[in-house]
Amino acid sequence: MVFRTRRLAAASVAAAAATALVAGCASGSGGSSSGASGDTLTLWTHNAGNSAELDVVKKIIKDFNGSQSKYKVELQSFPQTDYNNSVVAAASARKLPCLLDVDGPNVANWAWGGYLAPIDVTGSQVPVEDQLDSTVGTYNDKLYSFGHYDVSLAFFARKSVLNEHGIRIPTMDKPWTKDEFDAALAKLKKSGKFTYPLEMGTGGSGEWWPYAYSPQLQSFGGDLIDRNGYKTATGTLDGKESVEWGDWFQSLVTKGYMAKKSGADPNKDFLAGKSAIQWDGSWNATKNAEKLGDDLAIIPPVDFGKGPKIGGASWQWAMSSTCSNKEGAQEWLKFSRQTKYFVDYAKATSTIPATNEAATQVEDYQPGGRFAVLVQFAQKYATLRPVTPAYPYISTEFQKAAQDILAGADPKNALGQAAKNIDNNLKTNNNYSG
Amino acid sequence: MTTKTAAPQRLRPVRRTRTNNARRRESLTALGMATPAVVLLIVFLVVPVALAFALAFTDARLISPTPARFVGLRNFTQLFTDPVFYKSLRNTIYFAVVVVPLQAGLALVLALLVNAKVRGINFFRTVYFLPVVTSMVVVSLLWTFLYRQDGLVNNIISTLTLGHFQGPDWLGDPATAMPAIILMSVWQGVGFHMIIWLAGLQTIPAELYEAAELDGATTWQRFRHVTWPGLRSTRTFVLVTITIAAFSLFTQIRVMTQGGPLDSTTTVVFQAVRTGYDQQQTAYAAAISLIFFVLVLTVSLVQRFLTREKD
Repeated sequence: MVFRTRRLAAASVAAAAATALVAGCASGSGGSSSGASGDTLTLWTHNAGNSAELDVVKKIIKDFNGSQSKYKVELQSFPQTDYNNSVVAAASARKLPCLLDVDGPNVANWAWGGYLAPIDVTGSQVPVEDQLDSTVGTYNDKLYSFGHYDVSLAFFARKSVLNEHGIRIPTMDKPWTKDEFDAALAKLKKSGKFTYPLEMGTGGSGEWWPYAYSPQLQSFGGDLIDRNGYKTATGTLDGKESVEWGDWFQSLVTKGYMAKKSGADPNKDFLAGKSAIQWDGSWNATKNAEKLGDDLAIIPPVDFGKGPKIGGASWQWAMSSTCSNKEGAQEWLKFSRQTKYFVDYAKATSTIPATNEAATQVEDYQPGGRFAVLVQFAQKYATLRPVTPAYPYISTEFQKAAQDILAGADPKNALGQAAKNIDNNLKTNNNYSG
Repeated sequence: MTTKTAAPQRLRPVRRTRTNNARRRESLTALGMATPAVVLLIVFLVVPVALAFALAFTDARLISPTPARFVGLRNFTQLFTDPVFYKSLRNTIYFAVVVVPLQAGLALVLALLVNAKVRGINFFRTVYFLPVVTSMVVVSLLWTFLYRQDGLVNNIISTLTLGHFQGPDWLGDPATAMPAIILMSVWQGVGFHMIIWLAGLQTIPAELYEAAELDGATTWQRFRHVTWPGLRSTRTFVLVTITIAAFSLFTQIRVMTQGGPLDSTTTVVFQAVRTGYDQQQTAYAAAISLIFFVLVLTVSLVQRFLTREKD
C-alpha cells in the first residue's frame, strides 16, 4: 500500500513537472508576437553603464513620447557584454522587444535568423541615402537597420617623436606604404626608447580582432571570405595575399615591434609614452587630443597594396520581427532620424556623425575641424565586414587564427584551418540559405 | 454494559488505521518535501541532459530560421576529424591526471598540519580556506595579472635569483600556460578538500592513536596503519569530486587564456561552450557534451570499481 502510494506520488510529480514544462513551451510558442502591450513599446539598448550614449537614447525617447500621445516607448538597457546573449535568449523565448540595437556585422545573421523585420523609414527628416554607407544595415537588398554614427580606425602618434626619428608624417594623399611603415618601426625600435614601438591592442578580445586586423588583411589583398556569393573562404582567407598578411602580422611580434599581448589599457600606455604609434579607434581621439594637443598626429591606415582600409559599421537601430506594433516602432525609428539627434550622438560619444549635414554641426568633425580627417577615413576607407549570416562564425575563426599567428603558429596553416572550418560551417548550414 | 464490551473490540482496528494513516501522512510529507528538489532536478537537469542527447543528432543552431533536422552521426564524424577536439581531450586529461593526485595529496598534508593541536591553528585553517570562498572568476583575473611578463610572479623570481633569471610570459607561452593554470587551480581548490580530509581525520578515534603509541609505532607507521585505513570513505569522496571538478575545467580557461596560446589550454567543456555560444553551433556542442558525459561516466565507474568495498 505504502509502496503503491509512493510510486503513485512519484509518477504524479513527474507528470506534473512534464505538464508544467509542456505548458511552458506551449505558452512560449503561443504568444508569437510581443515586445509591446498595445501602444506601449519596449526598446532595448546595449548602453547600460555608458551614460553618455544612454542619455542620448533617453532624450530621443522622451522627445518622442512628448511629441505625440498615441505611442509610448519604454527603455531597458543592458551591459554590452551581456547584450547579445540577452537578445538570443529573448528570441528563443519569443520575448524580443519591438525596438533594439544591433552591432553592424550581426545584422545579416539576425535578419537571416528571423529576429529582425525589414524597416521602412521613408518620410523621415534624414533620408537613408544621405548616410555613410557603413551606417546602414541591409540584407538581401532590404533595409534592416541604421545607425546614427560610425567609428573609424586610425594610427595615433606624436608628431615630435616621428620628426625626431626622421619619419615622414603621412597624409591621405600619400599614406605609408608597407616598406615605409616597417622601416619606421625599425627606426623606433632601434632608438631603444620603446620596448614595443607599435601598439595595436593585441590584449583585446572578441570583435576587436576582426574589426581591427581584417582591414589590414584586406589592404594586403586578402579577405575573410570570397565575397562573390559568400560560399567559400578557401582560396581567399588562406590565399597568397592573406598568408602574406599573416607573415607580416607575425613579424611584428618576432621583430619585437609589437607586444604579443598588450596591456590592460593600450591607450593609457600610448599616452604615457610606452609606445610610439597606436592603432586605435576614433573613440579615443578626444582623449588623445586633450593630452597631446597639437603634437597629436592622426595618421591614415597603411597602404599594404590595395589601398588603406578600415572596418565599418557600429551599433544600429532595428525592429524585431515579432513586434506586435510595427507601426509604432517605425514611427519611433523615423522620429529618431532627425539631424539634431545625429549631432547629439556625435557630441556625446565623440563618434563620427553618420551624415554630412550633422558633421557640419559638430565642431570637431566639420570641414577643417580637428577630427575632420576621421570622417574622410570613414567615407573613403571603410570596408564592411562580410554581410553574411555566417559572419559571427567567421569572426570567431579569424580571431583564433590571428591569435595563433601571434603565438607562433605557421600563418599558412592557421589561416588554412580557419578557411577549412568556415567552408565546413557553410556546407553544413547549406550556405545559410532559407 | 454494551459500551464496555465494545470498547476493546474497537480498539484494534482503530490503532491499525491510525498507524496506517500516520505512515501514509509521513510518506506524503516526505514526498511533499522532496517535490521541489525533484521538480527542479527534472526541469534543470534531466530534461536538459535528455535534450542535449537528442540535439547531438540534429543540426540545431543557436540562431536559425529553420527548425532542427535529424542528421544522424554527422556531428560525431565531424568531431572526430576536428584537430582541436583531440587537443581539448588531451589537455583535459593532462589537467586531471596532474591535478587529482596533486590537489588530493596537498590537501591531505594541509589537513594533517591543521589537525595538530597547536595554538593559532584556526588562523591557518582560515587562510587555507580563503581562496575557496573567493569566486573562481575573481581568482582567475587576479592570477592573470600575477602571471604577466612584468607581473608579481616574475618579479619574485627575479628578486630571488638576484636578477639572473627572468620568468616567461606564463600564460602567453604554450609550454607554461597549462602548468600555470594547474598551479592556480590547485591553490584555489585545495582548501575545500583539506576541510573534507579534516572531517575524515576527526572521525578516527583517538584511542587508536594512543594504542599505536603504546605499541611503539612511529609517526609513519601510525599514519600508514591507523590514519590511512581510517580515511577510506573520505578518500573515495575526495577522489571522485576532484576528478569530476578537474574534468569540467572551464572558468579559468575562459577568463585567462580562451584556450590559447596555440590550443595549449583548450578543454572539452571550454570547446563545448565556445562552439555552442560563440559559434552558435548548438548541435555540435551537444555532441561534445555527450562525449564528455560518456568520458566522465566511464572514469567515475572505473573509480567506483577500484574503490569498492572488497568484502
